[in-house]
Amino acid sequence: MNQKTLTAAMKQKLGRDYRWRLFFTAVMVLIALTMTVPIAWMLSASMKQAMDVTRLPIKWIPEYFYPDNYVEVWNIGGKARHDYHFGLAYFNSIKIAVICMVGAVLTSSMTGYAFAKIKFRGREAVFLFYLATMMIPSQITIIPKFVMFDALGMIGTHRTLILPGIFTITGTFLMRQCFTQIPDEIRESAKVDGAGEFRIWASVMVPMAKSSMASLAIMVFLWTWNDYLNPLVFLPNWKLQTIPLALTSFIEEAGTQYHLMMAAAASALIPMFVVFIAGQKYLIKGITSGAVKG
Amino acid sequence: MREKRIKLSPQLRTDLTGYAFLLPNFLGCLLFTFIPVLCSLVFSFTDWDYTKGLGNWNFNGLTNYIEMWTDDWFLASLKNTLVYTAAVVPVTICLALVLSVIIDKYCLAKLPICLAMLMPHLSSMVAISIVWVMMYSSFGPITQLVRWFGVEDVPKWLADYTWAMPAVILMMIWSKVGYAIMIYTSAIQGLPAELYEAADIDGASEVSKFFKLTVPFLSPTTFYLLITNIISSFQVFASIQIMTGGGPGNSTSVLVYYIYRSAFGYYKMGYASAMAWILFVMIFAVTLIQWRGQKRWVGY
Repeated sequence: MNQKTLTAAMKQKLGRDYRWRLFFTAVMVLIALTMTVPIAWMLSASMKQAMDVTRLPIKWIPEYFYPDNYVEVWNIGGKARHDYHFGLAYFNSIKIAVICMVGAVLTSSMTGYAFAKIKFRGREAVFLFYLATMMIPSQITIIPKFVMFDALGMIGTHRTLILPGIFTITGTFLMRQCFTQIPDEIRESAKVDGAGEFRIWASVMVPMAKSSMASLAIMVFLWTWNDYLNPLVFLPNWKLQTIPLALTSFIEEAGTQYHLMMAAAASALIPMFVVFIAGQKYLIKGITSGAVKG
Repeated sequence: MREKRIKLSPQLRTDLTGYAFLLPNFLGCLLFTFIPVLCSLVFSFTDWDYTKGLGNWNFNGLTNYIEMWTDDWFLASLKNTLVYTAAVVPVTICLALVLSVIIDKYCLAKLPICLAMLMPHLSSMVAISIVWVMMYSSFGPITQLVRWFGVEDVPKWLADYTWAMPAVILMMIWSKVGYAIMIYTSAIQGLPAELYEAADIDGASEVSKFFKLTVPFLSPTTFYLLITNIISSFQVFASIQIMTGGGPGNSTSVLVYYIYRSAFGYYKMGYASAMAWILFVMIFAVTLIQWRGQKRWVGY
């Protein structure tokens, strides 16, 4: 088979498939749209007045937009009258997620670097230990963690989420993988120049691993932001609630005020939308790395 | 005092720096994962009621592990967890495989389509569970759609004993499929193009190429998705807690939900720990299959 007939065959194939392409694109766009229906419905309902939410047939685009729902949910200008406060919960969630994000990226990149590049004795054994702890479900540790935090008087503080949150085993694996791909020569030449291991890590390796670290940062932020079980168990005080908890308290309070519930739910998804728009590249990398083995 | 200058051998220096780098993460791992697991094992052999205070427990051997098999709620939760997993995992993976192959092969604007499908996976489970409660309500789109198909007596989805579980399963497939598609599409990029060209020249049909080339080549990815999805399905919690609260009856109660209720609703820490260990053993079994099976079942 020579090159010419091959390309000719390919060209012909492209031409023949053209209609299929358009057809399948249309089908997939339709499926993708169907999949975004719940989110679209949420956004639509969050902009409606109370009575319009339950009105049939469903109007996907509200007749007129009613952003007051958001003002009410966020309790802008008002005092916290209920046992939730969305603005406060937002602040709490951001605080916890940012601290966990910075801490987790720092500790996992250090550990990942050690596993990938430093040839200390016992490395394989420690790594095996890490592999083994990776499969421990967080649900099994939550009871002892609760007991431990309660004994230390830490229940009802953000430390209960931040302290475990800055250590991630998955993140360690991700960073290890990233550092393994950086050639050893770079480290050797930095060593020849007299840099210590910490210097090499901080000023040579970390800059080279920036994009992996950004991916990990995004993932940790979203994990922490979306976490439900841990805050549910550790944070009984509403003033310290994170967004998912505030959402559930709000649902209990709001009862059948669906327009407000949808506005609240939509507010909880804002970081996700931001990541989708601003951090798409890193997001995709974070999701797919580690999963696909070459 | 004389000048202190400790001479370390190069290997010892390397060891020390290595462990120094490990230290923060290792301590965290020890403190928040490893030690709690061992504590949990100890708790599971006690009759500890948390309201009685720390340390006020009696060891009762295997009582918890024996009693749970006569506990209707535990049995129902275990059964529901398995049913849920058996439904969600295969459907999610098959759907994702077919969709991602079609998207990769035919679609224009691949990335926007994939991203739209990925959105549910990254959303707060609490938020989307609330949205789906509304979706299943009598004025929500799903009820409307079923009614539009001519069904007069639309079930009350989440409030219906038989329909609650399928409703949750549908929602979870929706939330999981985008991630699997993302993983598959990135794996498809690595498929050997020459083989497909050769198959084209031999005049192989799209269907036979799918089954004879794509499926076998993607088997490592499928295997990975299978394992991770089974494990995460064993751990389903938030959507159940918010959408059904385990009900109606115990028709949607799952393991983690029942563990949560036993531990933090009834403060039966010992019993809850024993059930958590059953969950752990299940996950451990799946992980063992992963380690063993990776070589045997993943083949080109």
